[in-house]
Amino acid sequence: MTTTTPAASTGAPPVEQVTLTIDDVEVSVPKGTLVIRAAEQMGIAIPRFCDHPLLEPVGACRQCLVEVSTPDREGNLRPMPKPQASCTLEATPGMVVRTQRTSAVADKAQHGVMELLLINHPLDCPTCDKGGECPLQNQAMSNGRPTSRFHDVKRTFPKPLAISTQILLDRDRCVLCQRCTRFSEEIAGDPFIDLQQRGVRQQIGVFDPGVLGFAGSEPAEVYRGVQPDGTPISKAEGLPAQDPAGPAGQATVDTSGRPFASYFSGNTVQICPVGALTSSAYRFRSRPFDLVSTPGIAEHDANGAAIRVDHRRGVVLRRLAGNDPAVNEEWISDKDRFAYPWQGMPDRLTVPLVRERAADGTRGELRPASWGEALEAAATGLAAARDAGGVGVLPGGRVTLEDAYAYAKFARVALGTNDVDHRARPHSAEEAEFLAHHVAGARMSVTFDDLEKAPTTLLVGFEPEDEGGIVFLRLRKGVRAHRNRVVSVAPFASRGLERLSGTLVPAAPGTEAEVLDALVPGADGVLGEAAGLLGPDAVVVVGERLATVPGAYSAALRLAERTGARLVWIPRRAGERGGVELGTLPGLLPGGRQVTDGAARVDVAAAWDVERLPETPGRDASAILAAAAAGELGGLVVGGVDPDDLADPVLAREAFASAGFLVSLEVRASAVTQLADVVLPVAPPVEKPGTFLNWEGRPRPFPQALTSTAMADHRVLDALADAMDVPLGLRTFGQVRAEIDQLGGWDGARAAAPSVAATEPPSLADGEAVLATWHLLLDAGRCQDGEAFLAGTAQRPVARVSPELAGHLGVDTGAGLTVRTERGQVTLPVVVTPMPDGVVWLPTASTGSAVRATLGVDAGAVVRVQAAALPGAARAEVGPAGGAAQPQPLTEGEER
Amino acid sequence: MADDKEISRREGAGEVGAPSGQEYESLIPAKKGLGELLAPAAGFGVTFANMFKPAVTEQYPFEKVPTKPRYHGRHQLNRYPDGLEKCIGCELCAWACPADAIYVEGADNTPDAQFSPGERYGRVYQINYLRCIFCGLCIEACPTRALTMTNDYELAGPTRRGMIYEKTDLLAPLGEGMLAAPHPMVPGTEDDDYYRGEVTGPVPEQIDWVAQWRPDEPSLANVQRTEAGR
Repeated sequence: MTTTTPAASTGAPPVEQVTLTIDDVEVSVPKGTLVIRAAEQMGIAIPRFCDHPLLEPVGACRQCLVEVSTPDREGNLRPMPKPQASCTLEATPGMVVRTQRTSAVADKAQHGVMELLLINHPLDCPTCDKGGECPLQNQAMSNGRPTSRFHDVKRTFPKPLAISTQILLDRDRCVLCQRCTRFSEEIAGDPFIDLQQRGVRQQIGVFDPGVLGFAGSEPAEVYRGVQPDGTPISKAEGLPAQDPAGPAGQATVDTSGRPFASYFSGNTVQICPVGALTSSAYRFRSRPFDLVSTPGIAEHDANGAAIRVDHRRGVVLRRLAGNDPAVNEEWISDKDRFAYPWQGMPDRLTVPLVRERAADGTRGELRPASWGEALEAAATGLAAARDAGGVGVLPGGRVTLEDAYAYAKFARVALGTNDVDHRARPHSAEEAEFLAHHVAGARMSVTFDDLEKAPTTLLVGFEPEDEGGIVFLRLRKGVRAHRNRVVSVAPFASRGLERLSGTLVPAAPGTEAEVLDALVPGADGVLGEAAGLLGPDAVVVVGERLATVPGAYSAALRLAERTGARLVWIPRRAGERGGVELGTLPGLLPGGRQVTDGAARVDVAAAWDVERLPETPGRDASAILAAAAAGELGGLVVGGVDPDDLADPVLAREAFASAGFLVSLEVRASAVTQLADVVLPVAPPVEKPGTFLNWEGRPRPFPQALTSTAMADHRVLDALADAMDVPLGLRTFGQVRAEIDQLGGWDGARAAAPSVAATEPPSLADGEAVLATWHLLLDAGRCQDGEAFLAGTAQRPVARVSPELAGHLGVDTGAGLTVRTERGQVTLPVVVTPMPDGVVWLPTASTGSAVRATLGVDAGAVVRVQAAALPGAARAEVGPAGGAAQPQPLTEGEER
Repeated sequence: MADDKEISRREGAGEVGAPSGQEYESLIPAKKGLGELLAPAAGFGVTFANMFKPAVTEQYPFEKVPTKPRYHGRHQLNRYPDGLEKCIGCELCAWACPADAIYVEGADNTPDAQFSPGERYGRVYQINYLRCIFCGLCIEACPTRALTMTNDYELAGPTRRGMIYEKTDLLAPLGEGMLAAPHPMVPGTEDDDYYRGEVTGPVPEQIDWVAQWRPDEPSLANVQRTEAGR
């Protein structure tokens, strides 16, 4: 199915092999293989710290010394005078390597290096979080001296240093292997730490004048710790506030006022071979032997990154990156790593809740009920609602494949409606057509590997770092290794795009469709340049945000057809792609079958053993909510939906409030459960097995990590259908899987491509601007609740305006700006950013900037802007770690 | 069994306790003469001899006999002379425990609540005496000598829950002149100084700190002000 790029491996010449001898055993490896890898292939472990397969060799720690002889020109074996670092040495023909297993010289050299590394190491293993899983600890045992000969005062540093609220640095323990700095430089591209000073004082640190010892500078404040309940007790300050528009780019400060906020910093903790980098969230929490590790799949984005869930006594204590070379390699974003507490918050629902209504329709209090009673109440209410206008189903975008299938089947079979839509975000009919035409049933047309290898990637309505997570890392790998080009159609060049050395095709929100149509070879300026890069090997990435731009998906399809480039849709949420495939859309049945296709309906009806399926395409999420608010729908079944994520939160709340009967399937108490008539608790991903379909279309199954009595959505829906006397047959995980497999794909007719005309951009009056907005990776979303340390590394919310608009309004970087609609206003500090005139950008759902909830509009809308005074004093207040309740002013000014 | 010859069962295999087919033969040589006559009564020799020795019955619980000094009894979490806890919550005791009887959770010492010298202290410390086999491996594993065993052997109780001893049950009582944690470390010292025994008692700064923040602290009454705390 996958169409690989022309340079397929089958046609490539075989890789040249070299033969060498390691420990008297001859081995052939591909040319260019490092000696340490060749030894690994033979099962010979050479101790190492700095070496990492995904980082470039550096030879920093010298632990992997081996004795090497190479043949000279006459073919006589000549030993190298000193032991060599095997992690930087490429295997050459005839090379003879002796490791510590067969060479006393190599063994002694390794012992010597280990002794040197341990001279200043504090040996505080009982205190250290790495203790028990520490390469230094293990290799000091296997390749070090049994006792220390060092009887002197060790070099110490104040510790631990808070690099960010989440990452703590203990410089005493560091062996200067530079894995962390190389990761930041090579993989993430945001070098927030580096080596500083020289000699015995050499150390890893943030770019901190205090550490560097500039005259008059204040040293970084030492991390002060947390209370037993996890609340930080003191400021985690390290740096004086700096000019937010400084040389590193605009407003890349996190909420504590630091100039660097990395979305991938947690990976440095995992690859640190000693306990020098630790995370605040896991500080002193447990030991590896306490933990039960279960493989998992990250539930926060559509990448399906492999993770490892470590838990103890039914509590998840940490998550680590899994190793899946096809998807996430060994990296995950900080959100995937640290945002797990939401699944065990105190507001978790554990028992069903039922609410009686008075005769006049006013709601009583929710009260706990047995499953039998709750299901009976829900079944009776839904059956009545089904007959009184129908029931709409909103599963939300985070359900697993199996749960999506259950929602799709429940809606069609038990409720007899196609009113089901998982898109809990702004969406459009054009998007539904696009998904039916291009996405549904098209498996794995573009993969992570294709993204890495594609010479050109065009991003439209897709911010690679904030909305892509590890997609960004893959793109960057391609850019570094293959000199790939990334072109982005966006209002401004984000820091992520800059780090991809990307080309910006500026487009005001709402004009993306026109810009895509204008990408023709020979066009003026950057349009022609970008068009010239697009060929059959190129990949066009469209994001879910394009749903707010009429005609954009149509234009993207036209562009793909025109250039031959492959088109891939990358949504934000984990359940979006699965929902498209499993039929939680008003016009789609499972497998990409269309509701309007009689043959497809018959096929599904036969598989489901029902007489007939509803024939008319249903309402989409907005229409369902509008109908519920207008009283046309008798009831709603709502899954994990936050009203504030929807295009119109006010309408959504009104719909939930005025729905005749509201059933909520939720993990935690939410805005929906507050209004629901029956609340049925369901299991979060960590407490159920399931499968996410990532944006590639790759199934990402995961097992149940925690023992739990909570039930998955499909089981609750099955029980609910049973109570309605409609057997669904989806009681167990195996039943759902078997039924999905049995139903299979669909080779019948596909939907036609959408053809929607672009709309004219609105004209702006004085004091008006067009709103651009997207979600930052770390924001105020409900799935990041309960993790204050992670919240502290979020980027500080700012409003971005074009220079012309800023000049017109009389604001400059650091001043305040109010963005206003009839419904509300948002006031944020300004960062003047080069972008099309008349555009203002806000983060969609960050603290203090809830665009949809407050302003009630989305990207492309016309808003009023004006200069404003910022709340609070005009100095850079360094907030308490993670507790930034208000957006902080950005002006510089040092209080000390 | 004799009929099973054809099956040729392997020697020593099969059910435990199956008759071997051979008669029992004692290896002790049979006695002769007078010895053979007196043999049935010879076994009473020990019984008769003990009639003339003092009784060893202990009148427990009315009289409690001290154990040997190295008897493995109930555990105790020790304190440094200034009252700070020695336990750093490293979980090495839990690691060493062959019976999985120990559960520990570490936490951060903060300036507001310093329980032990250094960064880390044991926030939760539980020993389940229904599981503990008193082998003492936990004692050997402890890197700070926080965990030792007392000679207290009276470990019985009516409930299972009560047999899980919490940190409050295990912590050593405050000794002479000790100040109850939490309080700051002796100024100018590091955790290493505590390990080396260079802290001999609470210093005025610590006493003042406790007096300021916990004026009702009972241990303030018996604190001796050692001006040279180290």
